Amino acid sequence: MKLTSQALPSSDAYKANEMAHLKALSEVREAAEAAALGGGEKSRARHESRGKMLPRERVANLLDPGSPFLEIGATAAHGLYGGAAPCAGVIAGIGRVQGHEVMVVCNDATVKGGTYYPMTVKKHLRAQEIAEANHLSCIYLVDSGGANLPNQDEVFPDRDHFGAIFYNQARMSAKGIAQIAVVMGSCTAGGAYVPAMSDVTIIVKEQGTIFLAGPPLVKAATGEVVSAEDLGGGDVHTRLSGVADYLAEDDAHALALARRAVGHLNKTKPATVDWASPEEPAYDPDEMLGVVPADLRTPYDIREVIMRLVDGSRFDEFKPRFGETLVTGFAHVKGCPIGIIANNGVLFSEAAQKGAHFVELCSQRNIPLVFLQNITGFMVGRKYENEGIARHGAKMVTAVATTNVPKITMLVGGSFGAGNYGMSGRAYRPRFLWSWPNSRISVMGGAQAAGVLATVKRDAIERAGDTWTEEEETAFKQPTIDMFEEQSHPLYASARLWDDGIIDPRKSRDVLYLSLTASLNAPIEPTKFGLFRM
Amino acid sequence: MFDTILIANRGEIACRVMETAQAMGVRCVAVYSDADAGAKHVAMADAAVHIGGSAPAESYLKGDVIIQAALDSGAQAIHPGYGFLSENPDFVEAVEAAGLVFVGPSAKAIRAMGLKDAAKALMVEAGVPVVPGYHGADQDDALLAREAEKIGYPVLIKAVAGGGGKGMRLVEKAGSFQEALDSARSEAKTAFGNSDVLVEKFVTKPRHIEVQVFGDGTHAVHLFERDCSLQRRHQKVIEEAPAPGMTEAMRSAMGEAAVRAAEAIGYAGAGTVEFIVDSSGGLSADGFFFMEMNTRLQVEHPVTELVTGVDLVEWQLRVAAGEALPKQQDELTIEGHAFEARLYAEDVPKGFLPATGTLTHLSFTPQTRADSGVRAGDTISPFYDPMIAKVIVHGPTRDVALSRLRAALKGCEVGGTVTNLAFLGALAGHAGFAKGDVDTGLIARDIDALTAQPAVPGRHFALAGMAALGLLDPAAEAGFNLWRPLRRQVMLGRDGEEYLLKVRVLSEDVQLWTVGDSEVRAERIGGRWKVDGHVAPTVSVAGDVVTVFDAYGIAFDVIDPLAKAAAAHGDGNIVEAPMPGLVRAIDAEVGQRVTKGDRLAVLEAMKMEHSLLAARDGVVAEVLAQPGDQVEAGAALVRLEAEAEA
Repeated sequence: MKLTSQALPSSDAYKANEMAHLKALSEVREAAEAAALGGGEKSRARHESRGKMLPRERVANLLDPGSPFLEIGATAAHGLYGGAAPCAGVIAGIGRVQGHEVMVVCNDATVKGGTYYPMTVKKHLRAQEIAEANHLSCIYLVDSGGANLPNQDEVFPDRDHFGAIFYNQARMSAKGIAQIAVVMGSCTAGGAYVPAMSDVTIIVKEQGTIFLAGPPLVKAATGEVVSAEDLGGGDVHTRLSGVADYLAEDDAHALALARRAVGHLNKTKPATVDWASPEEPAYDPDEMLGVVPADLRTPYDIREVIMRLVDGSRFDEFKPRFGETLVTGFAHVKGCPIGIIANNGVLFSEAAQKGAHFVELCSQRNIPLVFLQNITGFMVGRKYENEGIARHGAKMVTAVATTNVPKITMLVGGSFGAGNYGMSGRAYRPRFLWSWPNSRISVMGGAQAAGVLATVKRDAIERAGDTWTEEEETAFKQPTIDMFEEQSHPLYASARLWDDGIIDPRKSRDVLYLSLTASLNAPIEPTKFGLFRM
Repeated sequence: MFDTILIANRGEIACRVMETAQAMGVRCVAVYSDADAGAKHVAMADAAVHIGGSAPAESYLKGDVIIQAALDSGAQAIHPGYGFLSENPDFVEAVEAAGLVFVGPSAKAIRAMGLKDAAKALMVEAGVPVVPGYHGADQDDALLAREAEKIGYPVLIKAVAGGGGKGMRLVEKAGSFQEALDSARSEAKTAFGNSDVLVEKFVTKPRHIEVQVFGDGTHAVHLFERDCSLQRRHQKVIEEAPAPGMTEAMRSAMGEAAVRAAEAIGYAGAGTVEFIVDSSGGLSADGFFFMEMNTRLQVEHPVTELVTGVDLVEWQLRVAAGEALPKQQDELTIEGHAFEARLYAEDVPKGFLPATGTLTHLSFTPQTRADSGVRAGDTISPFYDPMIAKVIVHGPTRDVALSRLRAALKGCEVGGTVTNLAFLGALAGHAGFAKGDVDTGLIARDIDALTAQPAVPGRHFALAGMAALGLLDPAAEAGFNLWRPLRRQVMLGRDGEEYLLKVRVLSEDVQLWTVGDSEVRAERIGGRWKVDGHVAPTVSVAGDVVTVFDAYGIAFDVIDPLAKAAAAHGDGNIVEAPMPGLVRAIDAEVGQRVTKGDRLAVLEAMKMEHSLLAARDGVVAEVLAQPGDQVEAGAALVRLEAEAEA
């Protein structure tokens, strides 16, 4: 049951892997640290000079001292908008308040006044989606000027735009998922509905404001001259309008009030899984960087990853002799039972059937599923098409799509083609999806895509009786290869919120545990699978 | 020997008496007030009787109730301890009238020593030296000058009707006598309407040395002296035995005088004869004068016990039960040196204000004899003396004993209240005291140095912050973050200053603290925290107070944003009780116009009266307390009308 590693930490390959991973990591770390700073030095200094805490300090002081913080979209909007919106101008993540796991969404007013870029909206909605799926109370630390006007067409009108924030608030409140707002700065126009739609709202005296139209717009519309404080300050809203419920002296007080509000939620976690006593893995998770090849094309045994993730490195492998390119089995992460589905090569029909079977098994037992993706796709070729690999693949996709147990997906390598679907890619709504810095995601490999395009082109040229030299073909292929290389990079993916963030592989076990324990705030509904094509 | 005794007291002395009595096989009955229902002395006793409310007047001073309790519980004797009813002759008579034995002297002996002037006259008769002086009715100038000459300069001229230093003059030499006399008389006339004065010897460098005596009603022995010169406002702070610099000749002269004093009044039991000693020219056999006699067991009796090997409580019980004095004078000797320091819940920076609190933590070194009436978890209530313990040590020589005292004080850990521990520690380290160069003015002279607040290193702030945030034992996954640890803050208060600390929790075992401009690293290795490279001392959390047990305990207030905000809404027009105490008087009346500095109320706490003054001009809107009310610190007493209304 206990897995045994074949890795040789003193080997050159191990050291080379480690070096390559560390390089990839440092690139991500740099991006994440820059994002964590928020706006420029000047705007941060101006923010602090007003007696306001910096946004990350607000988050820290809301959370229990020392609370873990599982941040969502730490490099969102990286490289977008000319770098104008670090971290998409909003901090989101899961932490503990009074021992409860909560979703915190905190505007960063040092980034363009906290206005909503398209990615800001997407990140805010993703945070709400996580909260709703996992029954996490939401705490909004509001300090935002509302929609970013130059981008209004990508922020305002569509289904998954600004309006969805308030739709989500109403729907979550209806489900009993607490909505708490702390107004620590502006809360203008549409933004005014965040506090107004919350169950409990706190506002900071002479700092927070809530209004549908600010003083300049009021003056333009009606000629009325009024100060922001008189129009919609804390005193007005807690004494006259009733838009807010508690008046706070300052940020620290406001956050303490929010903590107190969480203390009155009367919330307990449903008992869903049978916890075991936690145990460290027998193999050090830090070795992850050495045992995983730097080059995606180098095959390796995915069990080397599993044994560095799970309690005691113990893995009860299910159907080990059947469909061997998919590794399935039971294990625990810090005491939480999980079912693991991991790639160990390309997917064949047997592997897909085994995967569907294992999903059924875990669904019947209410065991959360963990997908470790390193997949180039389903096997291609006449033999496989003829035996119905699409039918078998569909079984696995159906099972993954319809199960109600929490799914956590980690991209530990490649994520290409239909393999992404069967392995619970983003579209399959895993509760969380995390990427390693070495992972790559695209519909197929860049070389394959360029090859497909070149074949089509060569056919056309040759049909016309012309010739196409090797050099010409290589030159033709390069832009496609480059484009795929750029677009499949995790920073590119994470900037667009195709995942919930890039993580340090050495922290995978902690991330997995925190994802699982957050997921288990929601009861696990019984699963009714879709039709399996037999 | 008695089968059962009742101890008409509380706190450490009740425990002390029980310890000996129970060891002798005597059953002990405790009495207790409402506030003391869970007290240590009640827990120690074989039986306990509830005798009334928390205020002493409703319980420990109710002689009739206590006597009834003794009768009901089958006690044959009552031990009064010290304070409360211990020197009340009417109580002694009532005890005896009820057919019980009072463990202590007769009512007659107590009365004889109760009136100071009469006691002095009695002592003069018995050949006990008193402060030389002239107390006659003849106020002739020349006669007074002659008397002054006879007494020997310097002398003190005091108004007969005097008090508060009015009509008092110090005269250094004969030449200035007449001038001083005239001005003293005129001041006395104005102040008291009576210009009569008395003349007394002025003791220039006074020491307080007292002799422990023990009588059987006829004969008495003495158990040598104690030096109690280290006093603050007449409250003893550190006592020792024997007195430093004491000579054999003076010791026997003082001992014999004390025995004469006891025998003159037919003294039975333990008593103390207090002398004032003129140490300006060193100790000499003719340089001590009778002050008064305390007809009870003293607080500081343990130092005598440690140097003589005598259990004074055992002697008290034996003599009260009719046994002979266990030892004769020639069987008593002094062995080594002993110190006692009185550990109190006191706020030293606030002028030694009595403090209260629940002791979340209380421990002493194993080498310390700590006589205490409280345990960890007990409360120091506003109703009684805020003593926490008597820290008592013994050593073969004074130097050794003193270094043991210092170690014992360093090893004291008290959490949940402020204490005078740092002050005691500073006093134990005082150079003059170390040399034995003591007098009753020492503390007052050096009070600033003795109460100086040492600078607190950043690592203690960090440690206090860790305790305040519950980060001494962080929850699982503490500090987890994907890329960059979050920085949390905590506000600590100390000596009226607020300090904003910030921390990054890096893991369950590593934290980075920012204290002012410096960064302090806390790291847990093998289960023990090291802060800034130092092994972290013990730390206790009690409500919103964190105590770091280094440098005699460094207390920090944890400033909760919620509490702070609530306080910000406090009414600036309210006059509050600065400490727990009894409202003695309310001078303010509703509607009265007061000016800044007017006395609005008087609060009595720990034998001291505190006047509460108007902080500004205004009109009294409301009186919120009545004389006789027992109030907590912070209780609103008087409200002034808001400034705009006034």
